[in-house]
Amino acid sequence: MYRYDGYDATMLQERVSQFREQTRRYIEGKLSDAEFLPLRLQNGLYVQRLAPMLRIAIPYGMLSSQQLRKLAFISSHYDKGYGHFTTRQNIQFNWPALEDVPELLAHLAEVEMHAIQTSGNCIRNTTTDQFAGVAIDEIEDSRPYCEIIRQWSTFHPEFAYLPRKFKIAVCGTKEDHAATQVHDIGLYLRKNDKGEIGFQVLAGGGLGRTPVIGQVVFDFIHRHELLTALEAILRVYNREGRRDNKYKARLKILVRETGLDAFCEKVLAEWEQLRGGSLTLTETEIERCKRYFQAPPYKSLDASPESLRTILARDVLFASWYSNNVTPHKRSGYAAVAISFKKTGYAPGDVTEEQLNTLADLADRFSFGEVRVTHAQNVILADVEESELYNLYQQLAADSLETSNLNKLNDIICCPGGDFCALANAKSIPIAEAIQRQFDDRELLADIGEVSLNISGCMNACGHHHVGNIGVLGVDKKGEEFYQVSIGGSSKREAKLGKILGPSFAQSDIPAVVENLVAVYREHRLDHEKFIDTVDRIGVDPFKKRVYEKEQ
Amino acid sequence: MAILINTKEKISDHWTLIQSASGPEVFSALRGRNALLPLALFLSDEEEAASQFSAIGVWLDSHQNLNKLENRLDSLPIIALNFPVFSDGRPYSLARRLRRDLGYTGEIRAIGDVLRDQLCFLKSCGFDSFALRSDQEPEDCLKAFSDFSTSYTSTVVNDIPLFRRRG
Repeated sequence: MYRYDGYDATMLQERVSQFREQTRRYIEGKLSDAEFLPLRLQNGLYVQRLAPMLRIAIPYGMLSSQQLRKLAFISSHYDKGYGHFTTRQNIQFNWPALEDVPELLAHLAEVEMHAIQTSGNCIRNTTTDQFAGVAIDEIEDSRPYCEIIRQWSTFHPEFAYLPRKFKIAVCGTKEDHAATQVHDIGLYLRKNDKGEIGFQVLAGGGLGRTPVIGQVVFDFIHRHELLTALEAILRVYNREGRRDNKYKARLKILVRETGLDAFCEKVLAEWEQLRGGSLTLTETEIERCKRYFQAPPYKSLDASPESLRTILARDVLFASWYSNNVTPHKRSGYAAVAISFKKTGYAPGDVTEEQLNTLADLADRFSFGEVRVTHAQNVILADVEESELYNLYQQLAADSLETSNLNKLNDIICCPGGDFCALANAKSIPIAEAIQRQFDDRELLADIGEVSLNISGCMNACGHHHVGNIGVLGVDKKGEEFYQVSIGGSSKREAKLGKILGPSFAQSDIPAVVENLVAVYREHRLDHEKFIDTVDRIGVDPFKKRVYEKEQ
Repeated sequence: MAILINTKEKISDHWTLIQSASGPEVFSALRGRNALLPLALFLSDEEEAASQFSAIGVWLDSHQNLNKLENRLDSLPIIALNFPVFSDGRPYSLARRLRRDLGYTGEIRAIGDVLRDQLCFLKSCGFDSFALRSDQEPEDCLKAFSDFSTSYTSTVVNDIPLFRRRG
């Protein structure tokens, strides 16, 4: 993974000092709340009604075991012993006291971590596929480009006060695990007919109040043009994005109100000023960044060794975990393993101090000392020897981390919701738990197969409900919490927004609603058809009919 | 009265700011001074202003653009960019456009809600003088320019991004 050099380390130290001074002046009353607000947000700190929250950046989801141990330390010293993996591959802690945050950030800096630009109206953490570098269907590893974008966007002096937040995702694989099309800018790595690596550039995607799938602004740009193209889009947005209404301030609204063609013209005009200039990437820089993401020292191993096949035939629980949580690897004899943080009875994405330390140990023992956090709030060990899978599984089972449900109905993406977040209209964690309790039969879950179920506690959509195959949105009706249900959403290559079934439901009805949706699917599905494909084929009506019929 | 600084020290202000609601009727009372005119007034009454003032500059609000000034930059010793509120990011892009795309070499001044914690990035975008909001401590503000010793990306101060400087 990327390691800091003297420049990175110096700038991070300068940032820590800067925020320490800003916090001191705030506490002394020399900065007003309004003046301190963007400063603390751009250092990850929310001051909330129920619990303060610090969001720490995990650039494109990569963590070393050393960093995991530091996060464990942070959770025990500044939090109540746990953290929360977010849908943008970051980690959040609740409860750190404002006056302690500068010191907390100094601790993070010791392991090349920070909370820079994890909130506020600026360019946020760039996200990517959790299988980058090991995926079989990869065009090119996205991480060197993510790092290049990280550096360009960090402390970018022109874009610290954008109209609204700005999110970038990069995808280097054929299958999209990064929800690329619902980002302000989505980048798909591509190879053109000359065999050159570059990007397709989408702009104006996003969830929230007005969900939109991004549209193509550049069908192909050469990799050397990456930063000039990004800068051109950002400059148009900074100049022309709406600032009169925060709900209309995202790039997606500018693209819609300007019209795609006119928006592209503006971007091209800006790009002409920048092309060929100093921001043009060099092969030297791309190669420099690639060196940090080279393959680890793999052994020469045969694929699916005899020992693995024997245990798979013998241990049905291991076989279930293997089929759910293990992904093929481009290197023979290795596999990528997902550790689920979706155990029933635990808030989705929550991770305890002990688990952070356990993850560090597992990473050291099984996967070259690194893990990746996924946008679905799970953790990946990307480079595990297949012959070690059973040992890993037993270790996970000993630590109660063997939950075997990746991409299944109970692998729920869920925001912290009304239990923690000041923005929420409704709770989300208890909904997730109720659904998980309803669907706790391993064989039934296996039969239902791949379904994404996403829950947000408000229309800001941190739980990505619009792009869940099943989406649940908490709404407030005269002070009471209700839940709107949609189906048919997807965050993959064929990204689409779910359709709302109809009137919202009481909290206690949701498990039954999901059960009805699943029942309709099982009745109508063709052989091996996934839930989303059945919805596409038969439409929303049969689901709608069943759900409301049963209710009466 | 705003205190004026450049990136190194307090400086005295040689310019009189004409408010945006003003018309050419205010010119005679300020005759002989150096006047910073609002964009609309400059565009409508430049000749009249030239006859009354010893020098003319222009100030823009954050929502205005530079289109009508592009051909007249050579005659302007100063352009001021107003921050209606410190969190308005548009003047950063205006200043960059002036310096980088249009090659403007005169003074670019930040006016309005100009606070300590924005100064470092303002400098990086090409501002070189700063009319601080009246409650700001100028000595403290001068320290802000050294909050960061370098920048990852290309700036007006240093066009060469870090990736081209790394050995």
